[in-house]
Amino acid sequence: MSSDTPPARIAPAAAGVEAAAPDTHGGAPDLLGRRSRRALGWGFFASELSVLFRRRRTWAMLAALAAIPILIAVAIRVTDGGDGRGPAFLDRITQNGLFVGMTALVVSIPLFLPLTVGVVAGDSIAGEANTGTLRYLLVSPVGRIRLLVVKYAAAAVFCLTATVTVSLAGILIGIALFPVGPVTLLSGDSVSVGESLLRSLLIAVYVTLGLVGLSAIGLFISTLTDAPVGAMAATVVISIVSQVLGQLSQTEWLHPWLFSYYWLDFADLLRQPIEWSSFGGNALLQLGYVAVFGALAYGRFASKDVLS
Amino acid sequence: MSDFAIETAGLTKRFGKQLAVDGVDLAVPEGSVFGFLGPNGSGKTTTIRMLLGLASATAGDIRVLGQAMPRRLANVLPGVGALIEGPGFYPFLSGAANLRRLDAADGFAPAASRAARVDHALERVGLTHAAGKKVRAYSLGMKQRLGIANALLAPRELIVLDEPTNGLDPQGTREVRHLIRSLASEGTTVFVSSHLLAEIEQMCTHAAVMSGGRLVAQGTLDELRLAGQTRARVLVPAADASRATRILTDLGLPPEPEPAPATPGTQPGGAGLGATSGTRGSANGPLPTPEGHFALPGEGAGGAGVGESVLSAVLPESVAREDVVAALVAGGVRVRGFAVQQASLEDLFVALTGEGFDVVQ
Ligand SMILES: Nc1ncnc2c1ncn2[C@@H]1O[C@H](COP(=O)(O)OP(=O)(O)O)[C@@H](O)[C@H]1O
Ligand SMILES: [Mg+2]
Repeated sequence: MSSDTPPARIAPAAAGVEAAAPDTHGGAPDLLGRRSRRALGWGFFASELSVLFRRRRTWAMLAALAAIPILIAVAIRVTDGGDGRGPAFLDRITQNGLFVGMTALVVSIPLFLPLTVGVVAGDSIAGEANTGTLRYLLVSPVGRIRLLVVKYAAAAVFCLTATVTVSLAGILIGIALFPVGPVTLLSGDSVSVGESLLRSLLIAVYVTLGLVGLSAIGLFISTLTDAPVGAMAATVVISIVSQVLGQLSQTEWLHPWLFSYYWLDFADLLRQPIEWSSFGGNALLQLGYVAVFGALAYGRFASKDVLS
Repeated sequence: MSDFAIETAGLTKRFGKQLAVDGVDLAVPEGSVFGFLGPNGSGKTTTIRMLLGLASATAGDIRVLGQAMPRRLANVLPGVGALIEGPGFYPFLSGAANLRRLDAADGFAPAASRAARVDHALERVGLTHAAGKKVRAYSLGMKQRLGIANALLAPRELIVLDEPTNGLDPQGTREVRHLIRSLASEGTTVFVSSHLLAEIEQMCTHAAVMSGGRLVAQGTLDELRLAGQTRARVLVPAADASRATRILTDLGLPPEPEPAPATPGTQPGGAGLGATSGTRGSANGPLPTPEGHFALPGEGAGGAGVGESVLSAVLPESVAREDVVAALVAGGVRVRGFAVQQASLEDLFVALTGEGFDVVQ
């Protein structure tokens, strides 16, 4: 009747729990060595990256991104060029495989890259709230600002990874399927294969930079809700709205303030000498977005009641 | 240095119009196993969230481990382990990887001993064999254990466990009880919430009772019991009942009717026992009988036999129980059973909260 049981009837597992207890004192001196000051957070950042990149979802998104240049290259290879219509650089691929990566970036920038970035950034806080881990992170204690910074940094790392994935997969499939040689730039100059690879990297950095503003928006939205899917969808929708507004002549005054304003302007990096103005403008604009939405995220999250 | 691991003054939390926590003054002594008892929705979890800095208080002050919360949060929380409203883990990581992750989040935890501490915590809750399994594949009880292991990742001064036995089988419940006792024996203060009275009664030294967001009682279990009454119960042949009633009344223990039994069907018709209204079945009332409780001979299987009756009276502290028996025997009463019933906390708590508690099993 009573829910308790005399000690004699305790099963082995319970005895194991008890037997383990005295160890704490024996092992305590080693285990007790708490740090007197909080670590800067590199350990937690590493942990965050490992959680991000151990998720099957992350790998599925990267695989999908890598499939874009492969599809493009195979399609062109099979159809032998096509009629010259299509995204920028498409017509150059048959002459030089190194253009596959750039073509794939042009194709990915409007939708596929913002989609994956929206998933990661939108999930950042809301996802933790949803799994119930947010409260445990906070009482561990992680520090709310530290959590935001680490989450944002991880999202930025994902932006770079996603862009490089598209670029690298494009270069590799280009080398496999097409002739490769010195690249003729938009300015008519020709650069070596080595330098053109460097320029590809520069373009990847440029595209990544264009996505960090969106990541900050995603982070902010993620602090508003406990529903990660909602935060992801909202982030992606905002990236589409920004591009649509960028197309309308009625909102021309707004265009330079849209985070997507410089997204497709990386062609300037394919001139000799490099035309840095769009790179600089892009960096400045994105920095502004990071500052504004980072502050909003902080303002919202620092005092938020975590009731998830 | 404060003597209290947790102290609150006028702690209040308002959700819109609803007062979830209303002017709570908690005082949890260091080294105690403190039961935080209350029905579902009485504000236990909300209080715990405020104690740990997850939610801000609408009003009131909080001190945890002698320091103001949430202002000194970064100093306080490293010494606190917690399970809050059930476990929360990444389903796609293994149990051990989850613990490593949460430990890495603790900026004060030394990375060098992480693996050893994770192994140790898993061992303490009996999850060593499932350490490498994805949490997705854990049962509810295993997740609950992992949640407790997380609270044990580092040496703590205070451990807060919000309904730690939810979802556990009786075996797991026992293990948690042992774990809490062993933590207490190491000097850790344990603050454990529950809606199960029996659980609190079995493992706590102190308790507080919440009802509708208010703290309605607080103290050591003995103090709380004193708020109730100790009863003496005597089993006698029905023929001796009136004589026994007279003797008991003379001693200052006037027998009085007991609360009606839970199962009316077992009431014998027309027993005609006057003051001794509680006859058959009264010992099998609606209350759980935790260890050390009342047991009259022969009552376990259906109460007083035919032709017997039970007399029940409040036992004043001034009267020794052996004197009661001696007086009855001297008066010629054939005493067939005698028991002193510690006041049931259940009686007190039902009176305080106006609601029944879920009964274990
Ligand atoms: N996020 C919330 N928003 C609004 N009301 C809440 C919220 N969380 C809890 N409550 C209310 O606060 C009261 C106390 O809840 P809780 O602290 O979870 O109780 P307990 O843990 O004792 O079961 C309940 O009436 C509940 O409805
Ligand atoms: Mg609760």
